[in-house]
Amino acid sequence: MKQISAFLAIMMLVLLAGGTPSLAVEPDEVLADPILESRAREISTELRCVVCQNQSIDDSDADIARDMRLLVRERLVAGDDDEEVVNYLVARYGDFVLLRPPFQQNTLALWLAPPIMAVVIATLAVLFYQNYQQRRLAGTGPDPLSPSDRAELDALVDRIGSTSPPNPSNRQRSRFRSEIEEGMKPLPEGDDGASQSDNANTDSSGNQRQS
Amino acid sequence: MRRLVVILPVALFAALLGVMVALLTDGERNNDPSRLPSPLVGKPVPEFSLPAIADNIPGGFSTDDLKGHVTVVNVFASWCIPCLAEHPLITQLAADGVRVYGINHRDKSADAITWLRRHGNPYRAIGFDADARASLEWGVTGVPETFIIDANGVIAYKHAGPITPDVLERKILPKLREVEGG
Repeated sequence: MKQISAFLAIMMLVLLAGGTPSLAVEPDEVLADPILESRAREISTELRCVVCQNQSIDDSDADIARDMRLLVRERLVAGDDDEEVVNYLVARYGDFVLLRPPFQQNTLALWLAPPIMAVVIATLAVLFYQNYQQRRLAGTGPDPLSPSDRAELDALVDRIGSTSPPNPSNRQRSRFRSEIEEGMKPLPEGDDGASQSDNANTDSSGNQRQS
Repeated sequence: MRRLVVILPVALFAALLGVMVALLTDGERNNDPSRLPSPLVGKPVPEFSLPAIADNIPGGFSTDDLKGHVTVVNVFASWCIPCLAEHPLITQLAADGVRVYGINHRDKSADAITWLRRHGNPYRAIGFDADARASLEWGVTGVPETFIIDANGVIAYKHAGPITPDVLERKILPKLREVEGG
């Protein structure tokens, strides 16, 4: 039993370790010089296999990916530095071969849009919050209900209460009612200009109700 | 101020939507993301030299053969079905007097010979690119691809994918007239 679990553990490790490194690079492609080879591998992970859209040539089994890997090695052996190798392919296949888009004129929107969006969203959040704080500190809320509004609300609450599921206990009803009344309770009165606009709000909602 | 807070996000979203719709629906500007622009257009023909497929097939050509005349370079392979589909149009181009060169891409010579015997060989010369090394110089991503080269040996146009009658009428022939005129 112990042996079996040890075996399983080893298998797990092999699977986990073996799964990640690329299987695309074939033995006959590997350069004799380990330093050049590691540079080739590094460059390969940054280059797109042009027919597979979002796979690096290091990962891809496509014929063209293999050709590009061989080309990368050929250029390295010829003495190119890493940048020259990349530029060689960019000259033939365009910026598309770069998995990491360069920062240049036609990619400005790509690179700058996220930070700009973040700033816009942060600004909006601050504005919303300030707005909310101002109104809270000013203590402006809806004015107390007029007697006719209160009568209408009472009638509504009664109606909702009577149409609610069978056997609504009185306790539930009264809690429901008190919650609504709690919500309608006027906040402490403020006497600045802001309450003016809130009066307007109450008016407009009153109009809506009548229509 | 409060109005701005409400309107701004909606306006931004509407603007974004507008840009996306414009990019997706503007077919003329070739914004199809699967269609790659070639950085080689406007550049001189890359350095390459290819052998013939076999002795009895006119072939073997290199960079210098593409200078001095307007030429068309067609990348094809015997295993490529779209290449077969466009073959009659390539043949027609050649019959109309266009100098059409072929790059036989990643093929086996026996297969290529059989294919050419069966479907005809319209090419002025064919370069045999079994390991696709020259195709890499040309920035070829797949077959078929067709390049138009002006008389100075500069790549004037590249079409990836098969040439259809529509592509021939709307893209290839106008471009050929343009580079021949200028």
